[in-house]
Amino acid sequence: MKYLLLIYGNQENWEHPLFVRHPDFLALPAGEQEELTRQAAALRRELTESGELLGGEALADSVTGRTVRVRAGVPVVTDGPYVEAKEQLAGYIVVDCADLERASEIAARIPDARFTAVEVRPIVDLSGQEM
Amino acid sequence: MTTGADIEQLLRRLAPRVLAALARHYGNFETAEDAVQEALLTAATRWPAGGVPADPLGWLITVASRRMIDQLRSEQAGRRREELIGARTPPEELLAPAADADGVRAEDDTLILLMLCCHPSLTAPSQLALTLRAVGGLTTAEIARAFLVPETTMAQRISRARQRIKAAGATFRLPPEDERADRLRVVLHVLYLIFNEGYTATSGPDLYRTELTGEAIRLTRLVHRALPGDGEVAGLLALMLLTDARRPARTRPDGSLVPLAEQDRARWNREYIDEGLALITRTLAHAPLGPYQLQAAIAAVHAEAARAEDTDWPQIVELYRLLAQLAPGPMVALGHAVAVAMARGPAAGLALLEPLDADDRLSRHHRLHAVRAHLLEMAGAHEAALASYRRAARLTTSLPERRYLSSRAARLASRTGQVGSA
Repeated sequence: MKYLLLIYGNQENWEHPLFVRHPDFLALPAGEQEELTRQAAALRRELTESGELLGGEALADSVTGRTVRVRAGVPVVTDGPYVEAKEQLAGYIVVDCADLERASEIAARIPDARFTAVEVRPIVDLSGQEM
Repeated sequence: MTTGADIEQLLRRLAPRVLAALARHYGNFETAEDAVQEALLTAATRWPAGGVPADPLGWLITVASRRMIDQLRSEQAGRRREELIGARTPPEELLAPAADADGVRAEDDTLILLMLCCHPSLTAPSQLALTLRAVGGLTTAEIARAFLVPETTMAQRISRARQRIKAAGATFRLPPEDERADRLRVVLHVLYLIFNEGYTATSGPDLYRTELTGEAIRLTRLVHRALPGDGEVAGLLALMLLTDARRPARTRPDGSLVPLAEQDRARWNREYIDEGLALITRTLAHAPLGPYQLQAAIAAVHAEAARAEDTDWPQIVELYRLLAQLAPGPMVALGHAVAVAMARGPAAGLALLEPLDADDRLSRHHRLHAVRAHLLEMAGAHEAALASYRRAARLTTSLPERRYLSSRAARLASRTGQVGSA
């Protein structure tokens, strides 16, 4: 089963990896900060080795993006994100893992989950079982 | 004239024998597996134009041995022992154990390989991938396409699996007697998963996934040949045959799903049904009962009914009751509830669903709501059925299932006068 893990970040401290710029992270004792950074690297290694990681990217600041709408056949282009919010999509990874529980476990180990949030979304399956 | 497809079949059939010969001789599964893949690729590119050699097995073993020696030479330049032994051993001798008087047969080799690939230290996806490559003779690219993942991910999975097997110290021989039954259960489960992966209906001509079903049946046949007396092996093979027989009737040309009750049974694969029925009948008569046999027996009752309304539901109820004792689980409970509803009426089935709501994971699973919707519809409770269909449609992650459930909801909505918005 494939899942998209959407990592959200705060607009104000947009520098990847985002969590290391978060005020709550900066308030942590140095030992804990290092531990979280190690945890992120270990997670990446684990997912690569297990073959669960299918891909992922970090996104540039949402001000660099555009939103495109086509109305009456005419494209209307506006600068910035579709939904204006303090928290924006900062990056994503795609995993192929056993089930939603495992995907949630992975999400919980992404350090950003401690400071902002990681959304877990199952990817639609084009096949199905007869009923 | 030998076609590319013939050659592919031949290579798949010979792959486990070549690998077994090398792994046994050199005692190095990891390197042998790579060498065999390269030999298979060489054959697949050369044979269609140059012709199949007189002794294809010997040819493959010779080519794979050379690769293996090259590999070992570069890996352990200092240790020259394997290289010398390997260089001097003709292919017949590498094959010798398979034909000797001890009765080590090609079937046993396949079984040893399967148990190695389904090593308990591996995760299920790794077991599936390694089995398809090492025993099934599929390329990494083919397996990646079948599982819809990037080829690099699949290659990573396979190489990691081989390293794990090596680290676990597994060697090319049957596991000790007292572990064999457990290891065989894992093998059967992996074959079952490969089958299921390919069986799920898919929109569009997705040949790679269909191929998984054929491959699972072929491998299960090999295990059945090695262990003809094992009831669960026979049961799994019968289950696969009886299930796959429905494939031609299971989807419409547009990829939408046809439920069992509405399938055109004339389109079922008669050959598979006859074989599956004979196999499960014979097995149930002598072997100790097991979950695969019971599932095959349930599929057999469906296969024996010329029309959906002729189905012997009381017998299916009884089979599910036994299955729930041997292998309890939420999906078995759902099947049982459907059978009870068909045999004794929807109210009896709905009553069986009630305790399942307490299960947190199942209450978020579309199947519970889909079954409830059907039973409520049978009972004439159309508004409640509509709500359950809509809930099920939202919960499934499968596109064809969602379309099916939404169409049931829309049909009910037009009857109850509600505006459909499933």
